[in-house]
Amino acid sequence: MTDPRPRRGLPRRIAARIVGHALVLIARFITAVRADWRGIEPVARQRVYFANHVSNADMPMIWACLPGHIRRHTRPVAAADYWLKTPLRAFVGPEVFNCVLVDRRREERTEDPMEAILAALDEGSSLILFPEGNRNMGDAALLPFRAGLYNIGRARPDVDLVPAWIANLNEIMPKGEVIPLPLICTVTFGAPIKVEPGENRGNFLARAAAALLALRPAEPDRTP
Amino acid sequence: MTSQSTFDILILASVAAGILTILSLVGEALRGRLPWGQTNPAVEIFMTRVQSWWVMVILMTLAALSGKVGIVLLFAFASFAALREFLTLATKRRADHLSLALGAFVILPLQYVFVGLGWTTLQTVFIPVFAFLLLPVISALRGDPRRFLERVAETQWGLMLCVYCVSHVPALVNHELAGGTDAAILLIGFLVMVVQFGDLFDYYAGRRFGRRKIARDLSPRTVEGTITGLVAAAAIGAGLSWITPFSPLGAAAMAALASATGVFGSLVIAAIRRDKGVKDWSHLIPGQGGVLGQLDSVIFAAPIFYHALSLFVPQA
Repeated sequence: MTDPRPRRGLPRRIAARIVGHALVLIARFITAVRADWRGIEPVARQRVYFANHVSNADMPMIWACLPGHIRRHTRPVAAADYWLKTPLRAFVGPEVFNCVLVDRRREERTEDPMEAILAALDEGSSLILFPEGNRNMGDAALLPFRAGLYNIGRARPDVDLVPAWIANLNEIMPKGEVIPLPLICTVTFGAPIKVEPGENRGNFLARAAAALLALRPAEPDRTP
Repeated sequence: MTSQSTFDILILASVAAGILTILSLVGEALRGRLPWGQTNPAVEIFMTRVQSWWVMVILMTLAALSGKVGIVLLFAFASFAALREFLTLATKRRADHLSLALGAFVILPLQYVFVGLGWTTLQTVFIPVFAFLLLPVISALRGDPRRFLERVAETQWGLMLCVYCVSHVPALVNHELAGGTDAAILLIGFLVMVVQFGDLFDYYAGRRFGRRKIARDLSPRTVEGTITGLVAAAAIGAGLSWITPFSPLGAAAMAALASATGVFGSLVIAAIRRDKGVKDWSHLIPGQGGVLGQLDSVIFAAPIFYHALSLFVPQA
């Protein structure tokens, strides 16, 4: 496995590591974030973790709850337009989280996002992916999945596709709020799925969404 | 800190460590009696609890040795962790975001600053008067009336239990006792030990010969277990009277009072937990049902113990 990170100066790399550890500590302090490995063991196998997306804090949270040796080789897939907007974001996204940046703008982009994603898989990294594409602001539990997850599953059939449900984040840090609330956050990892031979896109994406939804904790019974 | 009280803290810690060593050995002996390859879930739960107690005894000892600042910081963090669990299950809406954040990040630290500075009047009125009037205003200004009373009532009671009540443990340090601050730090050890060991005796006596439940559908506690717990707490209290300003009889009475209020506290916390339909408050502190599950008896015992102390002990 080659280190996919572009060679940067030592001070910058040290700074990125320190900021990364600080973010993990902050996430633990505020949310006591915990990984519940329900359908799979936390071992260093190549995987694509796909998760629900309701808040900007989703990606740091799932990243923080992975064990350190897995986190080192796991790269979140994230939007280039968001992470390259300011110099600070350009440091945190690509350097601290080691994101695979993809261009979401269908019309203007020059590079196919799948190329960057498959290149990251081929260099041995695991990925964190939010298949809804955008943050979910509505009342539906999940938005319809984009095709990316299916295309990855077809192109690299050996890689486990692992559903991961992030609970509570729409209350911890809803859109428009700056201060996160201290509430317990649990990330539940389910059993891996694969694209069956000959399975079409609609079937697979429905199956993937169902596997993710099945990990959602039950709402407490509020009947009086 | 005088060397005498450092010495007393170390003796108290050694007593606690000695009891935990015996409990660990008992657990290992029970494990050893099982056939190879088998485990008994009850023994494993017991051992998980003992391990959690080890961690708590070590943390409490380090905090007590470092003096007032250490004690205040330890309980401030315990409050934060408890509030985090309470708010996770409390009724809340988007409109409460700012008031909840203020509660956890401003009001909680301020309460502990007041405790640390010994501003006893503010420590007593800050949350029940100022915070309780301010926070609903902030929620109301966001203009969402849905379930308003539930939201305000639940989140405010969370502050009351997790911050106000818990802060009365380190506040014991502010009592001007004959032995100075150090004598008051030892009182914290006294309070925590009698409540926790009363609980332990209650639990095992209740399982052995407990018959009548004191609150059906709510808690496995029994009348027989509770009485055993109270008597044990009083006896342990009398045995620890040398670290308190009380006579042995007075220490037994204070221990029984703390233990009794502790029992009621854990009943109330269990009722909230049952209402919210969860088994544990969180994954933290394995075997004890989360930070709130561990603090439940101390939450009620601390303020009562604090005020009883002001009433009955002449201030130096």
